[in-house]
Amino acid sequence: MIQMPVQTTPTAKETGRPVLLDVRNLQKYFPIRTGVFQHVTGSVKAVDNISFAIYEGETLGLVGESGCGKTTAGRCVLRGIEPTGGEILYRKPTGETVDLAQLDKKALAPLRRDLQMIFQDPYSSLNPRWTLLDIVGEPLLVNHIASGKEIEDRVADLLKRVGLRPEYMRRYPHAFSGGERQRVGIARALATRPRLVVADEPVSALDVSVRAQTLNLLQDLQSEFQLTYLFISHDLSVVEHICDRVAVMYLGKIVEMAETEALYTNPLHPYTEALMSAAPKTDPDIKPNRIVLEGEVPNPANPPSGCYFHPRCRYAVERCKLEAPVFEEVKPGHFTACHRARELTLRGIPSAD
Amino acid sequence: MRNISLPFPFRKKGPGKAAGFEEKADEQVYVASQWQLMWWKFRKHRMAMVGGVIVILLYIMAAFVEIIAPYNPETQDARYAYRPPTKIHFVDRAGRFYITPFFYGTHSERDLETLSLRFSEDYQKIYPLRFFVRGDEYRLWGLIPMDIHLFGSPDPEARFFLMGADKQGRDMFSRIVYGSRISMSVGLLGVVLSFLLGIIIGGVSGYYGGTVDTIIQRVIEFLRSIPTIPLWMSLSAALPANWPPVRMYFGITIILSLIGWTGLARVVRGRFLALREEDFVMAAKISGSSESRIIFRHMVPSFFSHIIAALTLSVPEMILSETSLSFLGLGLRYPAISWGVLLQDAQNIRAVASAPWLMLPGAAVVLAVLALNFLGDGLRDAADPYGR
Amino acid sequence: MEEQTLTTTPTQEQSGGPKLLVEIENLKTYFKLDEGLVKAVDGVTFDIYRGETLGIVGESGCGKSITARSILQIIDPPGKIVEGSIRYHRAKGTQEQVIDIAQIKPNSPLMRSIRGEEMAMIFQEPMTSLSPVYTIGNQIIEAIQLHRKMTKQEARNEAIDLLRKVGIANPEQRVDEYPHQLSGGMRQRAMIAMALSCHPRLLLADEPTTALDVTTQSQILELMLELKREMGMAIVMITHDLGVVAEMAQRVVVMYLGRAVEVADVRSLFHDPKHPYTQGLMQSVPKIGRKTRERLQPIKGMVPNPYNRPKGCLFHPRCPQCIPGKCDLLEPPTVNLPGGRAVSCWLYEGSGQS
Repeated sequence: MIQMPVQTTPTAKETGRPVLLDVRNLQKYFPIRTGVFQHVTGSVKAVDNISFAIYEGETLGLVGESGCGKTTAGRCVLRGIEPTGGEILYRKPTGETVDLAQLDKKALAPLRRDLQMIFQDPYSSLNPRWTLLDIVGEPLLVNHIASGKEIEDRVADLLKRVGLRPEYMRRYPHAFSGGERQRVGIARALATRPRLVVADEPVSALDVSVRAQTLNLLQDLQSEFQLTYLFISHDLSVVEHICDRVAVMYLGKIVEMAETEALYTNPLHPYTEALMSAAPKTDPDIKPNRIVLEGEVPNPANPPSGCYFHPRCRYAVERCKLEAPVFEEVKPGHFTACHRARELTLRGIPSAD
Repeated sequence: MRNISLPFPFRKKGPGKAAGFEEKADEQVYVASQWQLMWWKFRKHRMAMVGGVIVILLYIMAAFVEIIAPYNPETQDARYAYRPPTKIHFVDRAGRFYITPFFYGTHSERDLETLSLRFSEDYQKIYPLRFFVRGDEYRLWGLIPMDIHLFGSPDPEARFFLMGADKQGRDMFSRIVYGSRISMSVGLLGVVLSFLLGIIIGGVSGYYGGTVDTIIQRVIEFLRSIPTIPLWMSLSAALPANWPPVRMYFGITIILSLIGWTGLARVVRGRFLALREEDFVMAAKISGSSESRIIFRHMVPSFFSHIIAALTLSVPEMILSETSLSFLGLGLRYPAISWGVLLQDAQNIRAVASAPWLMLPGAAVVLAVLALNFLGDGLRDAADPYGR
Repeated sequence: MEEQTLTTTPTQEQSGGPKLLVEIENLKTYFKLDEGLVKAVDGVTFDIYRGETLGIVGESGCGKSITARSILQIIDPPGKIVEGSIRYHRAKGTQEQVIDIAQIKPNSPLMRSIRGEEMAMIFQEPMTSLSPVYTIGNQIIEAIQLHRKMTKQEARNEAIDLLRKVGIANPEQRVDEYPHQLSGGMRQRAMIAMALSCHPRLLLADEPTTALDVTTQSQILELMLELKREMGMAIVMITHDLGVVAEMAQRVVVMYLGRAVEVADVRSLFHDPKHPYTQGLMQSVPKIGRKTRERLQPIKGMVPNPYNRPKGCLFHPRCPQCIPGKCDLLEPPTVNLPGGRAVSCWLYEGSGQS
């Protein structure tokens, strides 16, 4: 794992941009309670010691299947739910770095405007009893950015930017389709001009033709507002399209992280290889040479010993059962946690061009 | 995922309406608040509407008992003991139709074997019924002295008994009307108290979860598992018997609500627990909303309609509880008048066999409870107009 | 896969070209709701051949699920088949019998013998076909005994065999478990086992893998292809995922708002889509493996409200090639193109035989 001193702000070698968010050893454990008196017998390690950095202006993808912890990680990073451990180092516009995980509610409040979230389900992420004006205006109100008439003006402007008519602000969410509601959610996330937006499966619940519109919108807004995205998704084609770098999660851990092209064409972790081969290719000429994984995703309350992936891994050896691999930089900019990373040659996605 | 943007069942137009009209109707729906949507959905539930109308009428009656009842409840006349209900006619014996309803005088004779009075109509005396007649004096709400009654006979000698008379010759209809004031309002007061207790305790339980929630839930379960009648009996016996009716009334109300809050608390807790997981609550938190703002501006409006439905459904419980308590002699007592107190007179099987109209207060209870239940059902179905 | 290299229609066991299994012609299934008439399926025509994998692709509201349910006559009221025919070529020994399913009553003994024994369906959510109060073994045994003459013990052995065939480990143990004891992927397999228990000739799969993780989806798709090869049955794969279609289907029907807009073999559909909607879909979907990060080309506008369907061609308000005066007034004819293709679009008028 890269050891980075806390006080200085490391820069990305290629882009020259500073790190906006540096997550170290993030943990979120959910206690398991049993019995009449609900005492704690164990814990589900939803997020189990993950570390990653997001550079300013980039889109970092966080992929994985259900139960891998990506949504939990996204919510922890914004302190939507409380992490059990770890550091979330955020670089403020002044250049100063603070650990979000350590701040109390009062100290966290002024930073909320910089960190926002777009949710997956357009039906449950908007309060059905509030008008669009209330919904999109709330962040402005609670962060004391505007009040009264000014909120209306700003909300009108935001709605226009996401492609909705400003007069719609008097309407309630039930007047809109899924795609339109998602735009409202995006408008809300951008109301305070945040610096980091965590997008949690923003297009998964949308129709195929609406997805393209929404993805284009997200990209346009990124350049217009100079946003940094943490893009959580299970859809590999969408992630490949929109992300600069990608981190793959399995059972609460990050198993691989690299630039998009490198990850997709030359994965270093067997799980990534399986994911790539399983993802349906939209070209009937590509013969699906599937690597079919054995077994099922293990119970997160009872993970396997050593490397979590070893029971399903075709390349597993004895060591994998006993010793958990270290997450390290195997090639420049390409991290993975696999004992055999340097010796295996894994198959990625052949480029369709 | 259905791509229909409007929730069922708000499209009111048929396939042939003009486009402009559709747009206006749409716009109405788009800007409809949750109360509006609830009302539209509620309107479709016919039984609930009927129930609602009946409930409103009952409460109007309860507010204006003194005017609506033809007689004061204590107006006695031994000559009319156990008189059967007076028949109201529109056509006289000669076949003539009268617009104004009328009734005949009462002719009584004593049966020499049973020694009870037997009544028949005295066709010589015809008494018309009129609206707004002067009759027994009373004080409206205990304050304003008046003597106007909604309907009655202008002739003070002419007595009529729409629902028969009791042992003392008191008009049952008037007594039932008077009884509605206490029976219907005990429900309300008790429910308001339960509401406050239920929301606070249920809210705390649901919002904080964890140990607090567990403890509160166990307490609730314990309370609910105590058999109600013995519990009422002991609590009621704890009230001094020499208390004046009004104080007794409040005492009973407080007793009922101390037990009744548990149902509501569970509903509130359930809703809180469900709401905590909603994305829009998380969104509000990440936007920077304070906890109190989230509770009062986001969560409470979300379950408010459910609370109203739950409250409406708990009123009949209160009414039935008070009726049962008073019927058993544990609740209100003479001279207070409630339907339960009136039903005490119906405890005597022999009296009831010869004067079945003594049970009519029970019919009033049934009517009120049914109407409230239908109303509550309709509210509950409409409570979540978003159909999720 | 060898079967994917076809350009026309799939080969069959017998020579002499493909054999028809189901012919759907001008199928119309309407729902009469309080709010109005929903024309869920509005004049759909296509064929299903024996042993092929046919994909039906479309977005929500296009009617693909309802089409499949119409074939099995399991549409919930107030939906009804109001017009059209579903001619099922039933093989009885050496003879063939053609039954128009649209004319049979849904609950008639004839339909019930076809459904489950000769045609089966699996769904997106396995809990729609699996009852939570019976063990999966019980449910499979029930399905078997309904259609085949077997004793309970024989049926149980058959059920265990089926579970093994669908890749459930320890089938002797699993057969006595309840659905909630299985994971999502296993439930899906159990549902497939139940659907296949009577060796149907047609399997309708309605978004069977949409709710599954991509690795589990891969396993299930692989399983379905294997079983298809072994049993020689036809699969109708209903999905909105173009990637699944590309990997599984041999021919594809593209549906939009209740109508079939294009029918083609899978390679032609992806490399040379004819209908503007199909073209729009192809351009708007991020394709994995494409290295260029250019903007996606979305289809402009939104799927219209089903109560407010456009006149003429249903797609015209969103079509970049709309011919004013024609597309917005008249319904386009279905044009048959060479290679077994068909398009419903005014652009191709006169290009083939109508």
